[in-house]
Amino acid sequence: MPAATATGIDRFSLPDAGGHFGRYGGVFVPETLMTALQELGTAYDLARQDPGFQAELRHHLKEFAGRPTQLYFAERLTEHCGGARIYLKREDLLHTGAHKINNALGQALLARRMGKKRVIAETGAGQHGVATAAVCAKFGFECVVYMGAVDMERQALNVFRMRLMGAEVRGVEAGQKTLKEAINEAMRDWVTNVRSTHYILGSALGAHPYPMMVRDFHRVIGQETKEQILAREGRLPDEMVACVGGGSNAMGFFFDFLEDTSVRLTGVEAGGRGITRGDHAARFEGGKLGVLQGCKTYILQNSDGQIELTHSVSAGLDYAAIGPEHAFYRDQKRINYAYACDDEVMEAFQTCSRLEGIIPALESTHALVYGLKRAKEMRKDEILLINLSGRGDKDVQQVAKILGVKL
Amino acid sequence: MSRLAQAFARARSQDRAAFVAYLCAGDPDFDTSLAACRALLASGVDILELGVPFSDPLADGLTNQLAAQRALESGMTAARVFELVRRLRETSDAPIIFYTYYNLVFSGGVDAYVRAAKGAGADGLLTLDLPPEEAGEVVTACRTHGLDTVFIIAPTTPESRIPVITAAASGFIYYVSREGVTGVQDRVAGNIPEAVARIRRHTALPVAVGFGLSSRAQVAQVAAYADGVVVGSALVNIIREHLGERANISAALAARAADLSAGVGRGVPA
Repeated sequence: MPAATATGIDRFSLPDAGGHFGRYGGVFVPETLMTALQELGTAYDLARQDPGFQAELRHHLKEFAGRPTQLYFAERLTEHCGGARIYLKREDLLHTGAHKINNALGQALLARRMGKKRVIAETGAGQHGVATAAVCAKFGFECVVYMGAVDMERQALNVFRMRLMGAEVRGVEAGQKTLKEAINEAMRDWVTNVRSTHYILGSALGAHPYPMMVRDFHRVIGQETKEQILAREGRLPDEMVACVGGGSNAMGFFFDFLEDTSVRLTGVEAGGRGITRGDHAARFEGGKLGVLQGCKTYILQNSDGQIELTHSVSAGLDYAAIGPEHAFYRDQKRINYAYACDDEVMEAFQTCSRLEGIIPALESTHALVYGLKRAKEMRKDEILLINLSGRGDKDVQQVAKILGVKL
Repeated sequence: MSRLAQAFARARSQDRAAFVAYLCAGDPDFDTSLAACRALLASGVDILELGVPFSDPLADGLTNQLAAQRALESGMTAARVFELVRRLRETSDAPIIFYTYYNLVFSGGVDAYVRAAKGAGADGLLTLDLPPEEAGEVVTACRTHGLDTVFIIAPTTPESRIPVITAAASGFIYYVSREGVTGVQDRVAGNIPEAVARIRRHTALPVAVGFGLSSRAQVAQVAAYADGVVVGSALVNIIREHLGERANISAALAARAADLSAGVGRGVPA
């Protein structure tokens, strides 16, 4: 197996036993959680080597989530841009509406193996919360989802979906009332109920083993994509694009292409209203190394180390830290990062809806913004893949409001 | 002998536990906080645990979260926290340890932060989200500059892990008396004496117990077997209750601390 990237790094050697991706990652949590994280790491190590576990996960991914998802040739977007052939990886077609279900299923099976009866989760856009609520209903777990009060308002539909599936949604009123505060509150719950409860963290973030485990559960995105593009085009793509909040869909999409150095990989952060303090969530534009919510990574913070306010039109990208593996591969220059601003996102959201009949999630639309720009610069014989990580049904009310449309 | 070691030695010589009081630095504002800390130290508090306000205090319950928020909103910064310690040092020789989160220590460079803390007059760091496995840089800087490194042991800590923690710790060990975030609780968990005994098998460091103690009777119960008793949220609540009358905070705190600390003596009915 060719195990080295251009930079000579074996992607499977990371993280190390302590959860480090080079200088990023690690385990930075209160002592009460240390043992739970170690037990989780051990349980996950056993599970991932267990063919029975993997077969069961594959079964549920197929039967419940609806995998594999299509790699769809976006003919009219391609025409519209006049450059590279654009394909969309249709994670938006998955049950519950986004890639998040891949990880939620994996961790639910793990929680069941560990004998946990209760599951908690945080959610920003609500997609991870909905996915968690769904798997908890399916497997019979008690489920509590923490969600910032601001996010509950802009994603009211998802709050109702979670409640329909039996989850208790607890609003978080602290701070700026978005994803970061929801994670704080979920961690407080976990500290308090650690023996009975599994925390299904929804992004490639937090303390080890989460960044690794979440990435692994999403690798299926890239694995399918590789098979599909080779079958369809007989060669690898020239560039792949995904949005990056914590970075789970991007890491899953990119991971099996890290060694294919002819493939340019680009993660797109949320530029919000523009790159001024407090107006965006682009960690690589003004963030610096720090420690937040379990791991060492790039963080938007002030000179004292206080975490800064963030803004994005998309709740799922509105977060001050980026997954540690992203920070590592940025240093290695293997993954590039760009950002897309709210107004560009609103435009691409409508373009994709109108030209393809596909309403993308605002998160995924960040990848579209960059992807459409890039496609225009590329030759017609080049291939560009965009991970359409979620569908936009949840966003239509908010978009209508922004566009001044009364529903 | 460090100030912390002296404080525990003095308490031991008086056959009592050391009384450790927690307040958030700058809660609700710098001047009130300075007066409040001075009042506590004058009322006989042995060790002051000074919470450094952080935007994302994920190990803290609502009481301490709100205290941190008040402090940050009143304009507390790292420099102002150091200034507060400097001002406290003008009138007190009691040990002061920072109860903090790692990003605040890490952000401008660990060594520089530790040096500044020492320069201001602090005696130790308790970094809530920094397990010993990741603490190498902090422990080295603290040893270099002469600060103690206090670590937490939790009810979920297996005995096999205790030596890992005690190896990085100095000053004292902080045993958290419950699984959960900070905050007042009604009852003291029953298994604490065994837990403290288990810790003592691995270290000669003093063991302080805290997280949620709020009455003299609870203090007395814990003082029977611990070297130190930590009271936090019960004191922070006094500040919250007096926000409309800040001038009265110091007196109210001193009275509450005196009441609670009366429980630290051994063999004295609470």
